[in-house]
Amino acid sequence: MNAVLECRDLAVAFGGVRAVDGLSFDVHEGEVLSVIGPNGAGKTSAFNCITGFYKPTSGSVSFRGADITGGRPANIAAAGIARTFQNLRLFGDLTVLDNVRAGMHVRLRQNAFDAILRTPRYRRSEQVATDESHRWLDFVGVRSDRTTQVRNLPYGEQRRVEIARALAREPQMLLLDEPAAGLNHGEKEELLALLRRISDLGTAVVLIEHDMGLVMEVSQRIVVISYGKAIAEGTPAQIRTDPAVIEAYLGAEDAEARSEAEQIAAEQAEELRAHENRARSSAQEEGR
Amino acid sequence: MTDPSLPRDPAGTQLPPEESSAYVRAVETKQPANVAPAGTGLTPAAKGHGPTSASRVVSSPWFAVAIVVLAIALPFIDSGAYTLRIATDALIFVMLAVGLNVVVGYCGLLDLGYAAFFAIGAYTAGLLSTTFGWPIIATIPAVVVMAVVGGLVIGAPTLRLRSDYLAIVTLGFGEIIRITANNLDITGGPNGLFGIPDFGDFGYRSDVTIYWFTAVVVSLAVIASSRLGRGRLGRAWRFVREDEDAAEAMGIHTYKVKFAAYVTGAIFGGLAGVLFAVHQTAISPPSFNFLWSALILMAVVLGGMGSTPGVVVGALVISLLPELLRGAENWRYLVFGVLLIVVMIFRPQGIWPHTPSEPASAARREPDPQPEVTA
Ligand SMILES: Nc1ncnc2c1ncn2[C@@H]1O[C@H](COP(=O)(O)OP(=O)(O)O)[C@@H](O)[C@H]1O
Ligand SMILES: [Mg+2]
Repeated sequence: MNAVLECRDLAVAFGGVRAVDGLSFDVHEGEVLSVIGPNGAGKTSAFNCITGFYKPTSGSVSFRGADITGGRPANIAAAGIARTFQNLRLFGDLTVLDNVRAGMHVRLRQNAFDAILRTPRYRRSEQVATDESHRWLDFVGVRSDRTTQVRNLPYGEQRRVEIARALAREPQMLLLDEPAAGLNHGEKEELLALLRRISDLGTAVVLIEHDMGLVMEVSQRIVVISYGKAIAEGTPAQIRTDPAVIEAYLGAEDAEARSEAEQIAAEQAEELRAHENRARSSAQEEGR
Repeated sequence: MTDPSLPRDPAGTQLPPEESSAYVRAVETKQPANVAPAGTGLTPAAKGHGPTSASRVVSSPWFAVAIVVLAIALPFIDSGAYTLRIATDALIFVMLAVGLNVVVGYCGLLDLGYAAFFAIGAYTAGLLSTTFGWPIIATIPAVVVMAVVGGLVIGAPTLRLRSDYLAIVTLGFGEIIRITANNLDITGGPNGLFGIPDFGDFGYRSDVTIYWFTAVVVSLAVIASSRLGRGRLGRAWRFVREDEDAAEAMGIHTYKVKFAAYVTGAIFGGLAGVLFAVHQTAISPPSFNFLWSALILMAVVLGGMGSTPGVVVGALVISLLPELLRGAENWRYLVFGVLLIVVMIFRPQGIWPHTPSEPASAARREPDPQPEVTA
């Protein structure tokens, strides 16, 4: 397996908090890799280090063989890494189509003079931008009016628009930060199908997600992060039984965090069991 | 009579028409445009408000053509010296406003010293044409270069910083340019420059020629700024204004994009300065004080940030209203101020705010086949 992305001993700290603390992992070409871990484990910070929003204090990130450590976010994005944000970061006042056109910005071939003079090149390029935006919105399944301001859309649709915008970048690797957060059951099912379609495009997907059902269903591999370090890595089946993972979810030190962690762990264990049961029964149905 | 389309209960009595849920009703009555009904994914959200006939008229290209024709025809309607002077002033002010609109309206950068570029343009044109005897037209490339240099000097260090720093630095820059002009010998010190030539002899009265030249340049500037706002760069400006991080994450180099906005604004300001120098024939430092920067910014905010027609209207209001209020004598600036405050209270988004929209060609006519969902 070729690695598209290699993170080696990444570290970043805020004051005394070592958000990422010697994190190493690889993303293989075309795979869906999930990154899980308790709240505050440093998952989002790791994404921010990879995409250039945080400058890692040590360690390295290389993407398709090129060192991108500490690069400017725009350059990293232009190199082929697209991302979404944990808290939606759409251009709220702009239309749905314009939001998706943002993803195409680096690929459009027109300059300011083309725009002022309305040259054929400008018209062609605008037409491409519109057509492709529609294509990506179709791909993610946005059904709302695409000519209105994006903030008028329901939350679930906005989540999809954000993914469409990232896909319009046509990235080799897509980082999704908790895309299922706030979605209802039906929307999660649609997200699962969407993640599969994205994976079918050949795009490597890195998924930060708390919904264990979704994670177990869609990932080829899982990396578990705790206190800024990768504590386990493997297939969903391996992670399910890894003692270090159970420990991480239960081993929070202060009592408050502990009870919260336990609750999450209990919920996730429950989901895992339910998921396993489902997987077993569907395997039986298929007669394997 | 019973309506057969209404459902019946088993006993055959007619039921009242089905009530929509309280949620849907609330959405419909309260915020029709803001909240799309959840769960009705298959139908596109109803358009909040179709274009009214008035807005269709004003957004048609012919409306713009009519305005330009009207502007150019003005000297045939009234060629009085006073009318032409006021009209030329107003057009120059329009140019300043659409230029600043690129910076503030499109890109969201607060520039409090925009008059600096106006001064750079006026002084460059004035100096080269008087002291060095260049024809005014020949000074234009030099003005563009000087405006870009000014934009580079101020923009390069400050555009990397948070936008509040830009406001402070540009405020200082505006004053520095004015004070410099006040203290250099070559710029004529406090007396400034005078005897600035016009565009040449075209067989008409000089003020008519200047007015026409101004009308053409300003019309082109308005069209250019409006079109710039719609293309790839214009979108990038709006992305940066909305959310810099998200723009970066899409590969948009936000520093370069802000720079482009700042320098574009500088060029517009510089060219407006040339028109101003020719129109006034004499320029001196007080013409470029902070009040100018503040008034231009006010035109942008009053008209509607990011909206070209709005900003044009805002500029016309700011420049013409004090003239129309001349009857009020000494009270006119008080009345002017009160009117502005009233407008901003009742229309905080501006007289003619920008409404994000798509050309009709961008909307899909038929719904697309839904991607299959494995449930
Ligand atoms: N910009 C920041 N400033 C200060 N602290 C931060 C910042 N970003 C993250 N942190 C801290 O780093 C830790 C990890 O946060 P985060 O990466 O968001 O975790 P996760 O995404 O796994 O929930 C938390 O303690 C958080 O408070
Ligand atoms: Mg997070």
